Amino acid sequence: MTYSGFRLIKEALTGHKGWKAAWRDPEPQPHYDFVIVGGGGHGLATAHYLAKVYRKSSIAVLEKGWIGRGNVGRNSTIIRANYLLPGNEPFYEHSLRLWEGLEQDLNYNAMVSQRGIMNLIHTDAQRDAFRRRGNSMILHGSDAELLDREEVRREAPFLNFDHVRFPIKGALMHRRGGTVRHDAVAWGYARSADRHGVDIVQNCEVTGFRIENGKMRGVETSRGYIGAGKVGVAVAGSSSKVMSYAGMRLPIESHVLQAFVSEGLKPVLPGVITFGAGHFYVSQSDKGGLVFGGDIDGYNSYAQRGNLPVVEDVCEGGMALMPMIGRARLLRMWGGIMDMSMDGSPIIDRTPVDGLYFNGGWCYGGFKATPASGMVFAHLLANDRPHDTATAYRFDRFEKGLMIDERGAGAQPNLH
Amino acid sequence: MIIPHPILGPRDAQEFVYLGDASLLNRPDWQCDNAAREFCDYQYLRGNPAGIHRELWFHEQGDRSWLVVTRDTTTHEILKAELARDVARAGGTTK
Ligand SMILES: Cc1cc2nc3c(=O)[nH]c(=O)nc-3n(C[C@H](O)[C@H](O)[C@H](O)COP(=O)(O)OP(=O)(O)OC[C@H]3O[C@@H](n4cnc5c(N)ncnc54)[C@H](O)[C@@H]3O)c2cc1C
Repeated sequence: MTYSGFRLIKEALTGHKGWKAAWRDPEPQPHYDFVIVGGGGHGLATAHYLAKVYRKSSIAVLEKGWIGRGNVGRNSTIIRANYLLPGNEPFYEHSLRLWEGLEQDLNYNAMVSQRGIMNLIHTDAQRDAFRRRGNSMILHGSDAELLDREEVRREAPFLNFDHVRFPIKGALMHRRGGTVRHDAVAWGYARSADRHGVDIVQNCEVTGFRIENGKMRGVETSRGYIGAGKVGVAVAGSSSKVMSYAGMRLPIESHVLQAFVSEGLKPVLPGVITFGAGHFYVSQSDKGGLVFGGDIDGYNSYAQRGNLPVVEDVCEGGMALMPMIGRARLLRMWGGIMDMSMDGSPIIDRTPVDGLYFNGGWCYGGFKATPASGMVFAHLLANDRPHDTATAYRFDRFEKGLMIDERGAGAQPNLH
Repeated sequence: MIIPHPILGPRDAQEFVYLGDASLLNRPDWQCDNAAREFCDYQYLRGNPAGIHRELWFHEQGDRSWLVVTRDTTTHEILKAELARDVARAGGTTK
């Protein structure tokens, strides 16, 4: 069923009796040519592009729980292409362009909203660094603008411009960045993949791999053995666990990141504002809630919930930046498990096992990557060659010293 | 999280800085045949278990000792804390 304004009117006039489930609930087949492990944004996007763009069939997505239960439904919904390094920026710009056409591609309203992102500047050194980053973005075909203090004031007059420690001196503005309704991304990709013949199998946990003579044969699951030609793993925070079934140790630690939503307010924020110096960022959802967050808790965790010191730290950051936030009440908060890599950048690559492919190490920035991640992973699965925008995301970059370390923090995952 | 410091008793985890897997105590021998490979694994690869994890915490705002804390990463429950010095002298940890 194709969604359209006409359809909506027709259903409204006939008691909404004609809507059907957005995707099937199939029994798993004994064998697929392509098995994608993990029904998060990346797994579902991979299946969609594999079927639609790379014209493959016999594809399944195996999800441990229900789709959207992982980070794709837990993130703070920010999309952007404001990276510095050549290994990253072309990939994220590719992703931003896919976001710009996503709703037409999927026939699904994901509420892509390019409301702009401001990274605030407090010192001369920071302005230099952001100017350099902005130039890099422009050179890679993205957009960036350096705003001075008065221009920032026009965008967001409510900020605390004269904070004693971090006075606001300007901002790097990325106008094509913004927010997207995160669960609609999972549902939109799932529905489209399903319409292209992909089996989305929920409540199906992968518990092992069957590997013979270095070649992938299939996956053991909580719903029985499923044979597979190629297996692509995209399980975000569970990466180390799932890849250990193939005997691999990864350059990844799992950490918890928390996010917060206030009660609904009238429109007050123009776009996304990041206060890096104070470890705080904020946007406003279309329902009116202020959506905000800060740093990861900083210790290995699979608990999907964080601790109170970070809550305090984030709220302090909010109060320092925009004291008016103190009048809003916190509605809910939650945590998700981040696959923090050793240089803060992802890995999309083949593995030593023939037929096993890996996509992970997204840290706290994988939501914006969802479309491009799906596209390049589908490309890798279909052609056994990396996509042009993802040639740097290799496993061997660590031993070769070709790190993509935006932060310059070194091999210390909790600092990225 | 409260860390049961072996010398100072229960301390708030906020007083500590986290480094990561305690296998970092076992620095490879730089003269062994495959030292480059060993150092690469040491530097970049992690077990990252969901469950019991032995990890290094530095008591930065306290007595500045390094501890090996045994903690369940699925519940955040802390099971044990030892002086890293004692663990290293007893032969380190496993990967
Ligand atoms: C609080 C928070 C805020 C964030 N904010 C942003 C942001 O503003 N912008 C941004 O770009 N990114 C953000 N991120 C990061 C982003 O959400 C993730 O990097 C991204 O969603 C990860 O990819 P995914 O959607 O495929 O992961 P997930 O949705 O986690 O998908 C992985 C799936 O694999 C499944 N799985 C695991 N093990 C198995 C198994 N053995 N068998 C089968 N299935 C399995 C899981 O159940 C899960 O559904 C944020 C994350 C969090 C937690």
